[in-house]
Amino acid sequence: MRQIDSDFLALPLRQLADAALQRARDLGAEHADFRLERVRAETLRLSDTSLEGSMDADDLGYAVRVVKNGTWGFAAGLELTPEAAVKVAEQAVEVAVVSAAVNREPIELAPEPVHSDVTWVSSYEIDPFDVPMRDKVALLADWSGGLLRDPRVDQVQTSLMQVKEQKFYADTAGTSTTQQRVRLHCEVEAMKVQGGRFESMRTLAPPVGRGYEYLTGPTWDFRGELARIPEYLEEKFGAPSVEAGQYDLVVDPSNLWLTIHESIGHATELDRALGYEAAYAGTSFATFDQLGKLAYGSPAMNVVGDRTTEHGLSTIGYDDEGVAAKEFDIVAGGVLVGYQLDRRMALLKGLGASNGCAFADSPGHMPIQRMANVSLRPAAGGPSTEELISGVDRGIYVVGDKSWSIDMQRYNFQFTGQRFYKIENGRLAGQLRDVAYQATTTDFWRSMEAVGGPQTYVLGGAFNCGKGQPGQVAPVSHGSPSALFRDVRILNTVRESGS
Amino acid sequence: MSPQEMIEKVLDLSTADDVVVIVDEGSSANLRFAGNTLTTNGVSRSSQLTVISIVGRGVGVVSRAAVRPEQLADIVAAADHAAEDAQPSEDARPLVEGDRSADWDAPADVTSIKVFGAFAPALGEAFAAAEAGGRKLYGFAEHIVTTTFMGTSTGTRLRHTQPTGRLELNAKSPDMKRSAWTGVATRDFSDVDVAALDASLAQRLEWAKNRIDLPAGRYEALLPPTAVSDLMIYLYWKAGARDALEGRTVFSSPGGGTRVGETLSELPIHLSGAPAAPGIECAPFVVAHASSRQSSVFDNGLPLAPTDWIAEGRLANLLQTRYSAELTGLSLTPDIDNLIMRGPEGGRSLEEMIASTERGLLLTCLWYIREVDPQTLLLTGLTRDGVYLIENGEVVGEVNNFRFNESPVDLLRRLTEIGTSEQTLPREWSDYFTRAIMPPIRVPDFNMSTVSQAS
Repeated sequence: MRQIDSDFLALPLRQLADAALQRARDLGAEHADFRLERVRAETLRLSDTSLEGSMDADDLGYAVRVVKNGTWGFAAGLELTPEAAVKVAEQAVEVAVVSAAVNREPIELAPEPVHSDVTWVSSYEIDPFDVPMRDKVALLADWSGGLLRDPRVDQVQTSLMQVKEQKFYADTAGTSTTQQRVRLHCEVEAMKVQGGRFESMRTLAPPVGRGYEYLTGPTWDFRGELARIPEYLEEKFGAPSVEAGQYDLVVDPSNLWLTIHESIGHATELDRALGYEAAYAGTSFATFDQLGKLAYGSPAMNVVGDRTTEHGLSTIGYDDEGVAAKEFDIVAGGVLVGYQLDRRMALLKGLGASNGCAFADSPGHMPIQRMANVSLRPAAGGPSTEELISGVDRGIYVVGDKSWSIDMQRYNFQFTGQRFYKIENGRLAGQLRDVAYQATTTDFWRSMEAVGGPQTYVLGGAFNCGKGQPGQVAPVSHGSPSALFRDVRILNTVRESGS
Repeated sequence: MSPQEMIEKVLDLSTADDVVVIVDEGSSANLRFAGNTLTTNGVSRSSQLTVISIVGRGVGVVSRAAVRPEQLADIVAAADHAAEDAQPSEDARPLVEGDRSADWDAPADVTSIKVFGAFAPALGEAFAAAEAGGRKLYGFAEHIVTTTFMGTSTGTRLRHTQPTGRLELNAKSPDMKRSAWTGVATRDFSDVDVAALDASLAQRLEWAKNRIDLPAGRYEALLPPTAVSDLMIYLYWKAGARDALEGRTVFSSPGGGTRVGETLSELPIHLSGAPAAPGIECAPFVVAHASSRQSSVFDNGLPLAPTDWIAEGRLANLLQTRYSAELTGLSLTPDIDNLIMRGPEGGRSLEEMIASTERGLLLTCLWYIREVDPQTLLLTGLTRDGVYLIENGEVVGEVNNFRFNESPVDLLRRLTEIGTSEQTLPREWSDYFTRAIMPPIRVPDFNMSTVSQAS
């Protein structure tokens, strides 16, 4: 198991926390927490085989959050001295006092056991920040060059994002946690430009909570996938345009993860259901009064939230309110049975302890309820993707994610993908292009006739899910098997554009 | 150590052929509220040092937050080493021979929670008024001040302070079934009249009491300035010259090259950027922390001039770096952080456009806009917080929401009226882009692809 970097541990973590928390106590705060973070991110992009741009950046700072007379106060600072931390604590209390004029709901937090002086590090082998930039550029240039040598590819765009997140948290109840996690996302996209037309084909390799070994080891067969990209691209370029209408869909996990994210993950965030995101990200059709009753999907639908899956992007030891990570049910047998919570909402709605979904993306932002790894369970002993396809007379097999959009109550969505294959009489019959599928969330999940077995399960995910004001980004994974949906609306995107 | 001292120290320490140093000093304050009560709030400070070292044609970029003086040597060494190690950059050009800002020596400007000193009590009064009137207010108020200091080894010493403020206000009926939104961009909150904004939302909630269900289809639609801004900002982001030249965008010519010079609309539409435009002032020089397809670190400090992207309905310019301008053989027209759309003189107000509408839809704003097809710039998204039916010049009720599928480029071809432009807050993109002056427009056949049940 990796250890937390010594240069992070060498920062005056406890001195600052002790100074800030004591000052908050002295000023009468009912609760105070201190969070010091360093988030390092390195991004590089290649256009064909040339380095187009790169940046190695970090964000370092700390925040004090207080509850004073039932009102939140939050302030963030930069200077790593106890004196400065005291001032930030004073600012947080001042913000609470100023804000009291517009607060009508007293803030109270659900109880959580004290986790004293605990440490957690994510599961990875090679710290990507230990690998020289030139080696990364050389690897990506080699992949791009290989694609460009194929006459079916005209251009290649490659990107690699790497993040290392280090957090120290302490609160007035006595919890203190020190954590470190690493994540990485690599995309390679090949393009063909001919006769005034343009098509692209991107790798399906998901972002993961792994180290640099993800690019060079056996976990994902990058070279094998890259070798097939020119053929996929050529076939897509010459594919017939889809005829709009109703089709059965077999959706691959490389596409379904994003539908899960948008139509289940966000819809079961309790802050949305309670209206706290109403003016921005939106609310949810899955309102609190429907907990335990809403027929979200077919009986084959079982959805779990967790912050514990190894290599998951949302996986952590303790959340940003000091709550231990756990797993919890969201949909069981097609019925809504749970929400993602933070401590305030858990108490407010009488749900007991929080399930650990508070997260802030940086030291300058206040924690809000963010998404756990929300995953669709496979069926034990369930069918393979091929077996699902064999049950379709007229349909489409959807692979890879691309465009996505969903309304502010998570009803109406529209997705495209990387590849769409026509299904005729249980067999794939070549790619189609200009395809989008459009549905209402509950109609779609209720139309799910079957889910694939564990052999079809893949952990997909997103590096930068946006939510909240000020805007925050969060990484999150979604596991999914392949699944069969009946009678879904398919659009022709060229017709939609009026062309 | 002041930002200016830090820049001079970095320039002294570096052994690279050339160096660009950028220090961004930021401060922010925000209030977030829901259901007539505060939900979160905060103040924060940020300080980011970015060192861009250049060795030959190689570039190394290292950016660090909250830098202490004793860290400078290591940061500079890391950037210099990365530049020595880097492969040659295609966009490499000599650094700009620099100017010096008259206020270079001034300290960074800052904001604090006090910026809401008058606004917060007014918001509290609005909560009380809303509660009494059977409305729930939701929204967000934010003020950010960022001072950017840029120094280069070629003598540039530039300073720019960018205040960015916004208020988003959303009123809902207690059952959440009726919803209305408005937003304003501001530089300092002194010009925000929250009571007036709340009153305008109250009127819209009244309109919504008469509910009319309409099916999907193509409708005559009036898009207010905020909805127009969200579509035009996306168009602007996709107006990169290099992507167009390489055949990847709606601005690529089918025969090769770009569509610059081509007529996009028969109406005399102007889409432009202007750093000194009143109310939406932005940086008058290029600030590029890293190179990308639409920016180049070598262009840092280039002065920005008012630029037409579309002039008299004709595509006039694309977003350029010096590198892409050479590739395309077109004018050097870098990205500007504001956007202005205007039609012919004498355009009508939105209210006058409503009064002259026989039957059509009045939209409030657009949401969750995403690209479906880059070749046509087909975008999908939703209507949100109020779609109203106009009959015989009057709003007669609220209509259900829709998912739309539309290309802003094709809309320019089809729109039939452009109203008077005004400053607006983009609803969808205000996290990234708040400085916009836009008109309301009339589209005879807006494509509502399907009905959304969201309210």
